[in-house]
Formats: sequence, C-alpha cells, structure tokens
Amino acid sequence: MWNGTRLRTWTLPCALLVLLCGADAAADTAVEQAEERAEALGGDPEGAIEEELAVVEERDLASDTVEILNRLATDDLGTIQDAIGEIAVLRDADALPTLLALQDRRLYYTEGGTLIIEDARDRSLREAATGEVREDLKTAELSQPRLTNPIRRLLRPTIGALQIFSDDQVARRAAANELAQRPQPEMREAIVEALEGETNAEIERLLNIALAQLDLDSDDDARRLEAVKTVATVRAGRLRSDLAALTRRDADGEYIEPVAEIRAAAAEGVRAIDNRRRLARIASDFVFGMSMGSVLLLAAMGLAIIFGLMGVINMAHGELLMVGAYTTFMTQALFALWLPQHFNYYLVAAVPLAFLVTGAVGIAMERGVIRFLYDRPLETLLATWGISLILIQSVRWLFGAQNVGVASPTWFSGSVQIMQGVTLSTSRVGVIAFAIFVVALVWILMNRTRLGLEVRAVMQNRDMAAALGVPARRVDMWTFGVGAGVAGLGGVALSQIVNVGPEMGQNYIVDSFMVVVLGGVGNLLGPVFSALGIGVTTKFLEPATGAVLATILVFAAIILFIQWRPQGIFAPKGRSADD
Amino acid sequence: MQPQFALSRVGRLHSKTAWTILAVLSVLALVVVPVLYWVVPPDSPFHMPGWMVTLAGRFLCLALVALALDLIWGYTGILSLGHGVFFAMGGYVMGAHLTRIAYADGGLPNFLQWLDYSDWPWYWAGFDSFLFTLVMIGLVPGVLAFIFGFLAFRSRVRGVYFAIITQALTFGGMHLFFRTETGFGGDTGLTDFDSLLGFELGTPGFRLGLFLASAVVLILAYLLCRWIVTSKLGRVLTAIRDAESRLRFTGYDPLRYKLFVWVVSAVLCGIAGALYVPQTGVINPSEMAPPASIEMAIWVALGGRGTLVGAIMGAGIVNVVKTWATSAYPDLWLFILGGIFIGVTLFLPKGVAGLMRRRKGGEA
Repeated sequence: MWNGTRLRTWTLPCALLVLLCGADAAADTAVEQAEERAEALGGDPEGAIEEELAVVEERDLASDTVEILNRLATDDLGTIQDAIGEIAVLRDADALPTLLALQDRRLYYTEGGTLIIEDARDRSLREAATGEVREDLKTAELSQPRLTNPIRRLLRPTIGALQIFSDDQVARRAAANELAQRPQPEMREAIVEALEGETNAEIERLLNIALAQLDLDSDDDARRLEAVKTVATVRAGRLRSDLAALTRRDADGEYIEPVAEIRAAAAEGVRAIDNRRRLARIASDFVFGMSMGSVLLLAAMGLAIIFGLMGVINMAHGELLMVGAYTTFMTQALFALWLPQHFNYYLVAAVPLAFLVTGAVGIAMERGVIRFLYDRPLETLLATWGISLILIQSVRWLFGAQNVGVASPTWFSGSVQIMQGVTLSTSRVGVIAFAIFVVALVWILMNRTRLGLEVRAVMQNRDMAAALGVPARRVDMWTFGVGAGVAGLGGVALSQIVNVGPEMGQNYIVDSFMVVVLGGVGNLLGPVFSALGIGVTTKFLEPATGAVLATILVFAAIILFIQWRPQGIFAPKGRSADD
Repeated sequence: MQPQFALSRVGRLHSKTAWTILAVLSVLALVVVPVLYWVVPPDSPFHMPGWMVTLAGRFLCLALVALALDLIWGYTGILSLGHGVFFAMGGYVMGAHLTRIAYADGGLPNFLQWLDYSDWPWYWAGFDSFLFTLVMIGLVPGVLAFIFGFLAFRSRVRGVYFAIITQALTFGGMHLFFRTETGFGGDTGLTDFDSLLGFELGTPGFRLGLFLASAVVLILAYLLCRWIVTSKLGRVLTAIRDAESRLRFTGYDPLRYKLFVWVVSAVLCGIAGALYVPQTGVINPSEMAPPASIEMAIWVALGGRGTLVGAIMGAGIVNVVKTWATSAYPDLWLFILGGIFIGVTLFLPKGVAGLMRRRKGGEA
C-alpha cells in the first residue's frame, strides 16, 4: 500500500537542496513576472484627477469669478496675466476648469466675449460661466486667448493653488502631492494659508513637506529651523539628503549650516527618517513576502491534497493550474460576449467554474489512468507526465500556442496603502484574501464534511476503512477530484497575476512539490506555514543578498529545519506517523 | 565484497544465439553502414546519405543514454529524471574542447568577451588538450553523480522522491547554464565548432568516424552493462530493486552498490553526450530541461526495463517516431509522446522486450 502519510520525509534534506536551486530559477521567472504584473496593475490615479477637475458641468459661478474669467477673452497678454493674478487671489476652485482649459488650449471665446470650453472628453463646447452646451458653435469659428510661456508659468502655480483650496479632498491631495514633489517658491503664501485650514492629516503632511522644502533654503534662521523640525516630524524620506547636507562640513572644514541648533535638529531628523525607512522596509518585506507566499500556497494547495494526502506523484499538477487559468479566460470571454454589463464580476463566476472544470479533468485522469497505478508510484509519475503533455498540446490546439490575455476586473486594479511607504496593489491583496478563502474551503471540506471524514479514514488505514464500509476506491476518485479542483482555484489566482499560456504550469511544479514536502505530507496546515514561511524569508533576505542567494539561503534553512524536524513543520501524530 | 571479474566470463555473458545476433548487429553497424555510405556510389538506390549516417550516430548516442538509464532504473530500481544533466555535462566538456580548438589561434568567443575576460577563465583551462578532455568527459559527470548520489543515497532518498530531486537537479543545472555569467555561452550554448583531432567537422570521413566511434562505444558499453548485471554485483543490484530493506538486514550496505552503479550510469551518459555534440554541432542548456530527461525514461519504459536490449530498442523506436512525427505532424507529436507515456505504463509494463518474450513463450 502506498500511502502519503507513510512517506519518509526525513530522508529529504538533500532533496530540498536541489529543489531549491531549481525553485530559485522558477522564482526568477514565474514569481517575478507575477510581481511585475501586479505592480503594473497599481496604476497612477493623478492623471485621472486632473481629468476629472477639467470636466465642465452646469453650475453657477460666483459673479465676481465670472467677471474676472471673462477678461481672459482677449488677445492681450497683460490683461490675461492680470486676470490670472486676480483669480489666484480669489481662490475660487470653480475657476479651475477654465484655467485648465486655458492651459490645455481648450479655451475659446466668441466674438461677443463669451468664454467657451471644449470638453476634454467628448469635445463638446460649453459656456465657461454656466456649463451650458453650445451646439451652434464650431471651434474653427472661435478665437483663442493667447498662451505664451510666461502665461504658462503663471498658470501652473495658480491652478495648484486653486486645487489646494478645492472642496474636493482628492483634488486637494493631488495638488499637495504635486507641490511636495515640485515646490514652487511663489506658492509659499498659498501653502501657509492652506495649512491653516487643512483638516486631512495626509494632505497636511504633504503641504508641510512642500513648505519645508521651500524654507530649507531660506535665509531666515528661524524658518530654517522650523523647516528642519517639520521634515523630522513628518519623516519625509525624500528630504533626507537635504537634511544630511546641513550636518556636513564644506571643503574648508566650516559647517555648511552655521547655526548649531539647526545642525542638531537636522541630525535628529536624519535619524528619525532612517528609523522610519527601516520600519517601512520591514513592513513591506513582510507584506510582499506574504503575497509571494500566498501565490506559492495557491499553486501548491491542490498538490497538498493529491501528493500530500493521497501520495500520487502528479506531474500534471502544473497543467491543472493551467486548466484553471484557461477556465478563467473562457469565463471572461463568455462574460464579454453575453454579459458585458456584468463583466467586472466574471472573476466571481470563474471561481466555481474553474473548480468544477478542473475537478472534472482530475476525475477523468483518476478514472482513466491513475487508479490502475496506485501501487506503482514511478509509473504514476510517467503516466501523469504523459497526461500533462496531452493537456498542454490540447490547450495549444484549442487556444493557440500564444499567451491569452486575461483582463483583470477594474475593482482588481489600483492599490492599497498599508502604511507610509508601503503600497500594495489590490491584486496582491486579492491574492492573499483568496488564499485564505481556499485554505478555509479545504479545511471545511476535510474536517466538516462526510467526504473529508472518509478521506481521512482511507488515508489513515485503507483496509480498516474499507472493512468499515467506506468505498475506498470512490473516495480516491473524489479526493483526486477535489485536489484537482483546488489546483484549478490556484489557476484562477495565477491568471490574474501571471501570463496565461499553455506552458504556464511547468513553472510551478517544482515550487509546489517543495512547499508540500517542507510542510510535511499528510496534513493541510503544513503547506500554509511552509509557503508563507518561504515567501517571507525570501523577501527578507532579498534586499541584502539578491534574489538568487536569498533562495539558496532559504534552502539551507529548510535543510537545517528538516534535520531538526524531519517530517516537516507538522509531523503526523499517532499511528499514521509509523513508517 | 568486490565482485570477481574473470576474462573467461566474457564468453558467458550471453547464450550462443545472443552472441550471434550481437555479432550480426555489430557487423551491420561497423561494416555494412560504412560500405553503403562510403563505397556505394551516391546515385545508387542503396547509397546511405550523409545526414542519415549522422542521424544514426546520434541515435546510437541516445541508445547509450537509454542503456545507462536502464542500468539504474531497470536493474537497481532507481528512476532518475535527471540524466539530462550528465548527458549535458559530457556534451559541455566536449563542446569546451571544440571551442578551444576553434579559437586555437587566439581570440575569445563572444560570450567570454562580453564577460570582460581577456584570457580563458580558469574553468576553461586544459580543454585545449584532447587527453584532458577525455578524462573530464568521465570525471565531470562522475564526480557530480558521486556527490549527489552520496548525499541522496546516504539519507536513503528513494523512489519518487529521488526521481523528483533528480529532476530538480537537472532543472537547477539548466538555469545555471542559462546564465551568461556562468561562462558557457548562456542560452545559445557552445557552437561554431570547426574541427576535432585535426578532422574538419561535417566532412564524410568525420561523419563516418563519429558514427563508428558511437557504435563501438555502444557495443562496449552494452557488454560492460551486461557484465555488471550478470555478476554477483548485478544480483545485489536486483535485490536492492526488489527488497532493499531485506538486503540491508542480511548485512549488505546498499549505499556503495547504488553509488557505484549510479556513477557508472552517469559516466556512460556523459560519454554519450560527448559523442553527441560533434554530431549535432551545438550544446546548449535545453539538453538539461526536465522534459528531455523524462523522455529518456520513456525510452527505457517502452523498450522494457531490466533488459538492456529493450532500452536500446526503446530509444530507437521513440527517436525514429519523433524524427518522423516532428517533421510530418509537428502538432501531433506531443499527443503521440503523451500517448506512449500513458499506454506503456498502463498496457506494456514490461515494454516491447517483454512483449517479445511473451511471444516466444517465456523463453530466455
């Protein structure tokens, strides 16, 4: 009887060494690719904000704003410059669409002096003052205010200033961020004023950074000290070099910063920033490690059932992942065809579908081939390899040899800020959440259902279970089916973060076996800890050692660990632990 | 403990019939093929074209691999899915020699220049000598196999676990050689050879010479394997395959036997790689790709494990079918190969050789 729980995992230290070397290479390709794609999904929201602000809607502008804006309807540079100056003083955010239109050359005026804005999205022409659509006008018949470089230079800070006084928090934040990146001296007054009224902590922080950057070069000692202290308080990593410069001496041995108090504050600030950075790095390594571990776990969970519990060396495991990913692709295509209005939810439908389709493929494999080979593990290995070849070629035949495009739903793009300096794309968060879901699902299946009970009974003592009336053969079939279905779920997750192609599964086979072997065969909690452990450890080592060495060190650690705990993290207890 | 070898045993390796068959096959390879290629004029229908000689020579190399694999899998019960790495090591040693010859008048290959080497790095030293290369062809795969085998067998890694870690070994090796920094040409590998032992590559004499060398090596390797499996050592190996624990309880230490046969197998594989490379003109890391090594296992399984002859037949059958199918029906090849994998494991557990024995009514 060949049974997973009877495997001698303590014989594996060198196995793992080699596995790691292999896995390192796989990690290079598969996991990094996943990361790149996940990062790319993060996206940049700032362009979108500008676009949103530029939208002209029907609304009422304050009469004095309208009065000043109307003066833009001219060819005279001086008048335009004056008008912009007055708008800046007025601080009415409603003037923003007009100014943005001017900046983008979308502002026109009629012969009668009515300002017309060409909408950036649908190219419709609207009156600047009322937002009313004027279908009777054509851009060719309209004049444009002059736009020269001096006017552009004047416009940019004014737009920024108007934005930081906008009622819209998102707009304020975008403006503050822009200022923190590229502070403009002429904006100093506006920043100070905005700071007084600002209630949002993040925006306040950004404005403080902007102000501090301006004041660091100030001649006024008090201002400089204040700026240094501000930088230290907000711990802006960007300004570390500026602070550090203040503590240095020049070529003659004189301090660059004459005031000792400011030097001390600067040194203190550098320390604070460094501490913050260290914390952020630890947090980000941890979070990214969890994310990488979740990918590993999702890839390995199906194998934990098929290899870990049943002891079947399933070389077609990677292809089951692939089938799951292609099912996702098909679901997406069907949604695009029949339910385009619900396209964003195709992923939800893909989860059960992938489970069923891949489970069916698994059951077909078990019934057709594997059940004849339970007592011949090496032959199982070869036969499942044959199955994997046929699956790869079938998919190539059906879908072509090229990668297929799986579009992530819009709610899956974007990013989540976990703390200052640690941003995680939503797809990564989604993968972590999905891993939790899959583990919970498998746990419930194995511990809270009749099937799970029978599976555990057959795995512990096949003959005894059969004697007590458990249909062992049928349990084998369902176990394999569930294992394959779970692999399909892994495929759904992978489809969102790596390229989906016929050979995608081959990248995960070595990784998956490693996770299961380290976790200890015959249990389901082990792979969770081994996958997350491998992920987090690798990410922590990577910055210091580079990706290749990090994986090798993780391998060495696994070998030591296996020496200490030969049967993996969670050794089977009791009778099933007998060899 | 050491198995007793005696020259008189050579005669007892085979029955009279088998010796006759072997002699016929040897004559076919060593006499008939050269005559058809060299003596028969090219316009005669019996002429054997040059490409076919080289193709046959390559198949002989692959048959040698199958033989090596049968020795450890068929007789000792150790399935290796990593023999590609030993094959490639032999190939890279030969490739290194050929590269040194190609750059004998000075200069360095591009891939080394890109790594900012002004002279051959230390691990390329010595490969300009053919004798050194011959030694390394055996030594490099042998030492690698020894270290790996020692670690694996000492901690009693067996069965499928061993198969998986050998696969990981060749996978790791592949990625190591894919790196340009490793200094063996990265993913393009070593190519652009021009001569070996003063003979120009691709000339008719060279083709025939390599073919004959492959044939002689295969015959000798076959006799060596036959010697091993019919000796007392061979019985211990079979005992390891059938009941390792019992063997251990009777006082044998399986480690040294396994290690011995494992290293022999790896060295044979390395020799096959070294003979293969001049016939293809290139060696690159894809030889170490796991699928290539798994394919080797199916040659043995198809031919019949534990028969030696079967392994050679299996390698021949699969590769002839592959050569034909990949050009005639490229889309179907993976279906055919996958079908062979499944069909053989399900319906032909003893392979073609087993089928033939059954036909003969249990003889031999």
